[in-house]
Amino acid sequence: MSIEEQLRGLAPRVLGTLVRRYGRFDVCEDAVQEALLDAALQWPRDGVPANPRGWLLTAAHRRLIDELRSESARRRREEGLAREPPQGEATDEDDALELLFMCCHESLTPASQVALTLRAVGGLTTTEIASAFLVPESTMAQRISRAKATIRAAGARFAPPTPEALPVVLHVLYLIFNEGYMASSGAHVARVELSAEAIRLTREVHRRLPDDGEVAGLLALMLLTDARRPARARADGSLVPVAEQDRSLWDRAKIAEGVELVEESLASKPGGPYQLQAAIAAIHDEAPSARETDWRQILAVYEVLERVSPGPVVTLNRAVAVAMVHGPRAGLELLETLDEPLRDHHRLAAVRAHLLEMAGDEVGARTAYERAARLTTSIPERRYLEARMAALRRFGSEDETK
Amino acid sequence: MKYMLLIHHNPNFMDNPPEPMDQIGAEVGRLIDELTASGEWVGGEGLADVSQAKVVRVRDGIPAVTDGPYLEAKEHLAGYCMIDCDSLDRALEVAATWPDARWMGIEVRPVMTPGGEEM
Repeated sequence: MSIEEQLRGLAPRVLGTLVRRYGRFDVCEDAVQEALLDAALQWPRDGVPANPRGWLLTAAHRRLIDELRSESARRRREEGLAREPPQGEATDEDDALELLFMCCHESLTPASQVALTLRAVGGLTTTEIASAFLVPESTMAQRISRAKATIRAAGARFAPPTPEALPVVLHVLYLIFNEGYMASSGAHVARVELSAEAIRLTREVHRRLPDDGEVAGLLALMLLTDARRPARARADGSLVPVAEQDRSLWDRAKIAEGVELVEESLASKPGGPYQLQAAIAAIHDEAPSARETDWRQILAVYEVLERVSPGPVVTLNRAVAVAMVHGPRAGLELLETLDEPLRDHHRLAAVRAHLLEMAGDEVGARTAYERAARLTTSIPERRYLEARMAALRRFGSEDETK
Repeated sequence: MKYMLLIHHNPNFMDNPPEPMDQIGAEVGRLIDELTASGEWVGGEGLADVSQAKVVRVRDGIPAVTDGPYLEAKEHLAGYCMIDCDSLDRALEVAATWPDARWMGIEVRPVMTPGGEEM
């Protein structure tokens, strides 16, 4: 394990210990960040200490005391402050989960939950997070500091996770994963690493809450999606649709782990949205070729998913499965119900374009591809959609010369 | 999501500002401070007068520089800012608080992202 990886793993545990003891999440978080910087400078030079966690805890504690002292000097509230650092090997290594729930506090916007989670629980520096989200460091620093102030003002307590808060936490982890997965068509390393970070954090949650089906489901979904990453883009960054991906590039170990997780959790627990999405991803991943994909089974799972967690995006995905099982016209018919809720959504136009192409309506498909290309804000998606449109145009003009 | 706010501007504005310039400046300053504090401000600048604009064209590999041919246009770009916020609604809300929105218009444009989904 590299020093950097080691520090990332230790950061939330040290922070958890301090927050449990002192409350003051905002001040503790600053202290841990400074201790991490100290370690990042000293460890490569002097060697990793025998008790890395104790070292970090002592360093962070010293920083914290300095800060609280200067604060209390200002405020004359020095009493009650412990002088002794907490013990490095206390049995509190699982505080990371409490921290995660704190970072996903309901008073924060999703963007702030994501940023704070990556810093406080993921142990990433502000520079790394800013670079991953393609914003200036000052913007990210401000977002994190505002988030900490908001948490403080909201009176968030360091408490055992509650079941009601879990969906928010899982959603934040899912957002982090997706940022990284979507970025993997470009060459932006810091963004791509977000997926690995999300998987690592979700594993931690799964380790703490092994009986929660949705935690297992989300971890499985991430693994089964990430398994396809090596095949999802060409060297020039252009996107390859799942049906055209080189399946020999898919990561078999991740698929095996994901399939086992989802089978295990669906066997014993009621299927929640993440478990069901993972089940669909598993069916795709296990098909030896696009043609051998079991679309009937996928459609059956989408029908369950739509009952469990109805929404226009689920219907949109089900329409693809309907088209694959019952033909493109049946899929297109279902899309008509989405014209209102997803009016300006590029994915509705993109799915419509694909289904019209399947149905042999080239003119309609071209129009829909063009609309989708105009609506998307993603550069690789726009390139992909324009290429599909151009291919139809070529095909169409050959037709005319016949 | 990142949004570019393009601040449109009337060339007669300087001769006849609808509100005192120092008040407008102070209002913009407060707005930038707020957006900075919320962690949404990515960056932005005001642009020099359109009389300073040059246009570069390269034809047959030879660059030619001319004064802006857009001098006579009714609207110019006075500046831009980039914000990173949670939704289009939030971007529109910010645009509505920009003083120039009261007499000209603020154009709000989503910024393309380098990532995407395979379809």
